[in-house]
Order: sequence, then C-alpha cells, then structure tokens
Amino acid sequence: MAQPNRVDLPQGTLDLLILRSIELAPQHGWAISQRIQQISSDVLQIQQGSLYPALHRLERRGWITSSWDVSENNRRAKYYQLSAAGRKQLHKEKQTWRQLVAAVEQVLEGA
Amino acid sequence: MLADLLFRIRSLFRPGRRERELEDELQFHLQNQTEKYRHMGLAPAEAARRARLDFGGMEQVREETRESHGISPLDTSIRDLRYSARVLRKNPAFATVAVLSLALGVGANTAIFQVIDAVRLRSLPVVAPRELVEIHVANMRGARGSQERDNALTYPIWEQLSQRPAGFSGIAAWSDESVNLSPSGEVREVSALWVSGGFFPLLGVQPALGRLFTPDDDVRGCGIPGAVISYSFWHSEFASDPSIIGRSISANSHSVEILGVTPSSFFGVNPGKTFEIALPVCSATTILGHDVLDDGTFWWLSLIGRLKPGWTLPHAAAQLEVVSPRVFRNSLPANYPQVSVKDYLRMKLTASFAPGGVSELGQQYSDALWMLLAIAGVVLLIACLNLANLLLARANAREREIALRLAIGASRSRLIRQLMSESLLLSSAGAAVGLALSYSLSRLMVSLLESPGNSVFLDLHTDWRVLAFTAGLAILTCLIFGLAPALRATRASAQEAFKGSARGLTASRERAGLRRALVVSQIAFSLVLLVCSLLFAGSLRKLLEVQTGFHKEGVLIADLRFARANPALVQAGNYQKRLLDQVGAIPGVLSVADTTVVPISGQTWSNAVWMAGHKPSAAAESYISRISPGYFRTFGTPFLAGRDFNDRDTATAPKAAIVNRAFAGRIAKSANPVGERFFVEATPSIPETEYEIVGVVANTKYRELREEFGPVVFLPLSQDPAPMLQDQLIIRAALPLAKLLPPVRRAIAEADPGAHFAFVNFRDVIDESLSRERLMATLSTGFGALAALLSAIGIYGMMSYMVARRQSEIGVRMALGANTGNIQRMVAGESGRLLMAGLAVGVPLSIAAAALARTLLYGFRPYDAVVLCIATALLTMVALMAAWLPARRAARLDPMRALRDE
Repeated sequence: MAQPNRVDLPQGTLDLLILRSIELAPQHGWAISQRIQQISSDVLQIQQGSLYPALHRLERRGWITSSWDVSENNRRAKYYQLSAAGRKQLHKEKQTWRQLVAAVEQVLEGA
Repeated sequence: MLADLLFRIRSLFRPGRRERELEDELQFHLQNQTEKYRHMGLAPAEAARRARLDFGGMEQVREETRESHGISPLDTSIRDLRYSARVLRKNPAFATVAVLSLALGVGANTAIFQVIDAVRLRSLPVVAPRELVEIHVANMRGARGSQERDNALTYPIWEQLSQRPAGFSGIAAWSDESVNLSPSGEVREVSALWVSGGFFPLLGVQPALGRLFTPDDDVRGCGIPGAVISYSFWHSEFASDPSIIGRSISANSHSVEILGVTPSSFFGVNPGKTFEIALPVCSATTILGHDVLDDGTFWWLSLIGRLKPGWTLPHAAAQLEVVSPRVFRNSLPANYPQVSVKDYLRMKLTASFAPGGVSELGQQYSDALWMLLAIAGVVLLIACLNLANLLLARANAREREIALRLAIGASRSRLIRQLMSESLLLSSAGAAVGLALSYSLSRLMVSLLESPGNSVFLDLHTDWRVLAFTAGLAILTCLIFGLAPALRATRASAQEAFKGSARGLTASRERAGLRRALVVSQIAFSLVLLVCSLLFAGSLRKLLEVQTGFHKEGVLIADLRFARANPALVQAGNYQKRLLDQVGAIPGVLSVADTTVVPISGQTWSNAVWMAGHKPSAAAESYISRISPGYFRTFGTPFLAGRDFNDRDTATAPKAAIVNRAFAGRIAKSANPVGERFFVEATPSIPETEYEIVGVVANTKYRELREEFGPVVFLPLSQDPAPMLQDQLIIRAALPLAKLLPPVRRAIAEADPGAHFAFVNFRDVIDESLSRERLMATLSTGFGALAALLSAIGIYGMMSYMVARRQSEIGVRMALGANTGNIQRMVAGESGRLLMAGLAVGVPLSIAAAALARTLLYGFRPYDAVVLCIATALLTMVALMAAWLPARRAARLDPMRALRDE
C-alpha cells in the first residue's frame, strides 16, 4: 500500500479538524476519521483510536453534541454535530490557525 | 463551565449505559474500517487485523475516552473498590483475619480513648467551660481538721471569698455527699451535690422542669429550702412525671420539696460521678445534723470560678494570693490547734484550669488509662504489621501480573491506587467493625472501674472527637500497611519479574528482607506486651497476697447510724457494749468489734504524736483509730506485748492506747514500749492528750494495700471524749454472709428500731481498692494474648512464604539426601533466627516500657529477670508452634514435584 508522505498531526490541531469536519453536517466518528484522511489526500494520518477521546472531550466542553441515529449501512451510530458555542470556537480557532501559519510563513520567507 | 459540570454529573449517574454506548461506538468504527479493507479485497481475518492496527490499542482508547469524560477519578475508584471486594471475597480466610485483627486494634484504642475523653479531655456540657477554674489552697500542709475531699475548703473560707476577688465574674462552691433516701430501716443511698446559690447561674445551666437554685435560696439559716433532682433520677425514680414539682422526698429523714429538674446533659462538674439530688449548701446543717457552716475545720467545699473576659489565669491566681492573708486571718477557727495556726495563716489560694471539671476518677486513673492506650496502640501496630506482611506476600505473588501491566502502559500511580484500594477497603471494614466493638469494650472498661457501692457514670456518647480518632486510625493503618507493599510491587522492573521464578536459588534476599523486618518487629512488640501483662497481672497477684495483718475473708462490716430521737442512746458506751454482746451471741459469729476506721476503706485519721519527755517539735505523723475490745481478735492481728482494751478502760481511767510494731520501732524507738507515754496533738474538738501504751500489736495495713506499714495508734471507744452516734461493726463469722444478715438486722432493730444501717463485705472493700490494678491486669493480659496470637499468625505466614519460595532449594536438598529431620530443622532454624532478632530488639523495649509504667506496678522492678524469662519462654513456644505446620509441609514435599514446579 503506497503511503505517500504521511505527516503526523501537529499537536492541538485535531480539535480544529474535527470541528471543521462536522461544520456542514453531523457525522459519526468513523466518518470523521475517513473525511480527514480523504480530504487531506491521505497526508494527514491520525491514529484512528485517538479520535474518540478527542470527540468526548469536545463534547464535555460543550462544543459538540451527540445523538444516536441509524447510519448509512443501517447500523446504530453516534452522530456528532456542532453546537452554537462550537461554531464560535471553530471560527476562533480557524483565525488563530491562519494567523499562526502566516507568521511562520513570514519567518521562513524573511531574511 | 456549566456544561462541563452538568456533563460530569450526568455521567456519574449512568455509568453502565455510558460504557455500553462507548463500546457500541468503538465497535461501529472497527466494523466500518474492517468492511473498508474487505471492499479493498483483503481476506476477512486480515481486514479485521488491519483495522485493529489502524485503530490502536483498544483498551488504551477506552481508558483515555473514559478519562476525557472527566469522571475518571471517582469512576475508577469505584471500579477499584469493586475489584478489591471481589478479590477479598475469594480469600475469605485472609479477609476475616485481616478485618478482625484490625477491628480489635481499632476497637480497643477507640474504647480507651472514649473513656479518657469522657474523664479528662472533654469539656463540661456547660456555658463556656474554658473559662472555668478550680480555686484551692496551694500549700495544704499542716491543715487540721476533717478533710472530706481533696483540695476542699471550709465554709468560713468560702464566706470570705463570696465577695468576689477581682478577675472572676463569678464563684460557686459545691461538694458531694451520700444522702439516705429511705425514712428508716435499711439505708438507700444516692449521690447528692451540695451547691451554693450561684452554682447553676455560674455554669449557665437551665432547668428542664421547674426552677434551679438562685443565690436567694442559699443564705445562712435557710433550713431546707428544697432540692433539685437530676434528669436521669427524674426518669428512673419518677418516670419523668411532669407533676413532680412540689412533691417531697426524704433526705436523711428530712422532708425536702422538689423545686426543679436539671437538663439531661448535666451531671455536675465531676466526670465519673453523677448526682441524683442537689441541695443548697446552707441546708447542710440541717441535713447532716451538725453545724458545718461555722466549722472552720470541716474541709468539704470545692470552689469553682469563672474568669472575667480578658483575665489570664496567672493574673487571677495572683489576685487570689493577694487576698489570701485576709481570708485565712478572718476564717481562722477559734478552736484551731495552736501549733498549726501558723501553717493555717500561711496558706495561699491559687487557681487551676478546669474546663473538664474536677474528676477524682480522672486523677486516680489517668496514668493507667494512658498506659492502656499505649498498649492498645501497640496491639494495633502489631495488627498492621501483620497485614502489611500479608499484603506484601500477595503483592509478591502478583509480581508478574503487575510487571505486565506496567509494561503495556498502565501508569504506576494508577496501579498503586488499585493496590491501595484493597487496603483501604480492609481498613475501612476494620474501622467500622472496630467502632461497633468499641461500644462493648468501653462498657466493659467502665464495669471494671466500678465496684459494688461505687458506681461510675461516664457519658460515653460518640462525638466528633471519637469519630475523628477512629477515622484517623483507619487512614493511618491504610497508609502503613497499604503503601509499602504497593510501592515495592510497582518498583520491580519487568525484566526481573519475568525472570524471577522459584527455581532461582539466588532469589533476591532483599525482597524478603522487608517481610523479615516486619515479623521481627511484631515479635519485639509482642514481647513488650507480654512483659507488661505479666508485670500487671503479677502486681495484682502480689497485692492480693500481700501480708495485711488482718483477715480478709469472712468479715462483714455493718455501718450504723442511729436515729437521733432515742434519748437512751446518750449513754453510748453502754449501748455499744449491749449491741456487741447481742451480735456476738448470734450462732456462727466468731467475733465482733467496733471501730471508727475500717482499714483499706479510704477513711483516714492521723495526727502528730511525740513521746513523753521529748519536745513536740520532734513530733511525727501517725495513723489513729478508735476500737472496741476484741478488734484484734476479730481481725486476727496478733499481740506482740501487753494487753487488749477491757472493762478497766473506762471514761475516768487513765487514757490507754495500743500501738503497732512500726510505731514502737519508729516513734517509741523501743522493742517493748508497754508502759511508756506519748502525746497526741490537739484537734479542734479534743485538747492535747497524754496516753499510756498498754499493748503492742503486729503491723496492719491502714489506708491501702500498697503502702508500707506505718505507725498506727489504737484508742479505746470507751474513752472517746466526743462519741458519735455512729458505729462500724466488724463481724467475723463462720456462716456465709448472706445467712448472717437477717440475725444481725434483728439485733440492730432490737437495740434501736429507727437505726439506719448498711452492710458491706470487707472483701469488697479490699477489691474496690484494687480496681485500678485489676483494670490494668485484665486488659493488659487480654491485649498480651491478642498480640501473641497475631505474632503467631505473622510467623506462620512468614514461614509458609519462605517454604513456598525455597521449594526448589528444598527439593534439591532432599534429592541430595537430606531427610525430613534436616528440612524441619532448616525451617525451625529460620524461624529461630527471626525469634532471636525479635527478642534482641524486644527486651530493651520491654524494660523501657516497664520503666514508664513504674508507678502502676507493685513488687516488681522494671528489669525483673523472672518476668523477662517467662515472657521469652512463652513467645518462643508460640513461635515454634507457628513454625511447626510449615516445617511439616516442607518436610513432606515431593522432591520431584518441587523441582519441576515453577
């Protein structure tokens, strides 16, 4: 199996990715992990198991809420969706991330 | 923040459901991932494996997810406890031994602490007890007169103080007394309190019913204003009848009206005693029948005061010292013996803190109780050492499991927490059972303190102090015997654990070292307790067997008080003789006599004496007693010279006296002082008198069994210049005492139908004087036996472990030709080494402990060789018995199996 340039996820960004993954629609845990992998063209490799502590932690913080529903393949699954506070948090974290990236970029490009 | 809290609270309430949901969620993920791989063309098994790899450690994810819920600490703790409970259920023997030995240790400590608390530590249930002080004389030397209680003052002194000295917001006086409630016939005594008018207001006591005394009730010449009864007496005697106010009861044959009832928590200011009725001090004259208020030589009132806010104790005591000269000058009685006036005027008043009241019981038993607490503490320590050992053994057995868990990522602190939860469970169970046990134990202790005729009242309710003490003990035991094993077990590296098999002949000595140290400590402490119990039991035995100089068995004391109404009794001398003759005539009575002082009863009469021809300044103290003829025959005390009192010693004849050998030696300084004369210092009621010695008797104990024989002067009742209408008959009979009572009662009734009398067995008087020794002997022996048992269990456990650990070594030895005898000797040798080490530590500890308890011992030195030998022998026997079973097991090992076993 070709593993092109798998990059380990920088610390603390998992939350951001999760929040973004469910920004548009509720997803269950597996779907979130697939989505991150897929959309990053397989570059971002996360230990799948580490998703769940993060999900539960986000739920505890009140940024996402959960509910049980039937999945595409007719199985019972736990779906997560953004809460109002979560939406705000996502916006804030996007901003912070972009600021960080810009600053690092400047340092790299500068003399 | 709020969402977080709500989440956590919700999670608390549905742990099972959460678990199931989490499982479903994770399984869903795995299934989907597996399916994905299968769609990519992998075989099902391979797909599943890949999916699991991608996922990561299942258990770890579960654990981390649980932790992210934020309920982890509580949740895991509960899980730990459940697991521990399961483990303990599987080992019922171990769990029972552990919990029981802990329970006994905790229970004993709590019970003794409860008693100490009730007697010494707890404040009185009154308003602001920390401000209360006891006012007494600092230097009572040379005080003359009748001393009814320790540290007591006379009424004239109290009168001088009732104009409050500066520094006190209030002063009150009180005393205790036995009052006879039955109008005639057999005496029915209850405890009574004399209280001054300001006593209840000073303490802030509110009545439960009716009213309590005020200063207006307590004025000179008050007659009998009324009485206040205690709550418990109201309940037991009158069934809490609300109409009790206004009814009358009989106190020493006087009719007294009941004014009120004190609250249920109030028992007076003397922990260890309670009261049934309280009477104002001014009515003592009427009720006791003689004028105590003007008597400056009757020392009966205890004073209690309350410090003014802002005043310190030294400051207030200084004030008392300032007013002392005036107080004693004005209160000096006219009839005070001239020689002692100087001492009286030099007396100084002082004050000491008394937030817990003034407990005679406390003062008498303080040393004993603290010693018992120390002993119980050592028992608990031994129990903990036992358990530490047992837990270490189990931790050792689970070495591999623990190493494995450490290797796959369990945090060390988590493992330690789990191991400690087992000891937490054990110690909590032990503490709970111990607390329950402590109730019965403390009641047992109180019953040991009591004696017929002297009941002890202690408010033994469980308050926060006791609970804190017990909880503290439980936590301490948990730490002591839980932490060390847990730390050790988790310290071992994985490699070592996997390598370590029973085959290792070079098995690490160090690991067994801690366990050995624990067993050696157990043995040492057990020796200390055994030595202590032998010393205390021995002291009791020696006191019971000590030469007293009189018969102890078969003697009945009849305490008589005659009705004042009968004028014929004025000729007391004649009357006494008639009564003695009549009682003496009863069939079965061997001898009867009369006395004013019953030996060993606590009654004391002493004065200064000096030989004729010597100066009064050379006077020495001597005990004194007044007796009738036949006293020495009744008590079985032999005469050494001279004669007994007889009919010739009438009121007009020369004053005669009989002295004992100690008097002859120390004061008369002659082997046979018959015919010599001596003087006795004047008392308030009797002038200085000269006596002639007519007889010498063997030494007898006077006040207590412990004392050395001291000089005693016996004077004849027939020459008593101030006879009291009171007698104490000493009756020695061949009958069982129960059969003796009816004819004696009849004889007394014939002499005076209205007389009050009470019977007490002389044996009981002696036993009561030994209640402290009996307490120490009984409890320390119980504890000593318990300690020995615990050590036996410890040694047994250690030996079993040793045999199991060295199985392969034993197998090799047997294969090489060792027989069962050799193997048994090897095991016995091991236990012998432990015993030696324990004894080496234990002997000096025992001597030190015995030295601390010196005041409680009798007839023993702290380093008594015989006692040490006996204790060592006992412990050796116990150790050998405990090692016998494992030794037998070792010798029975099949060498092939032993070598093959891992």
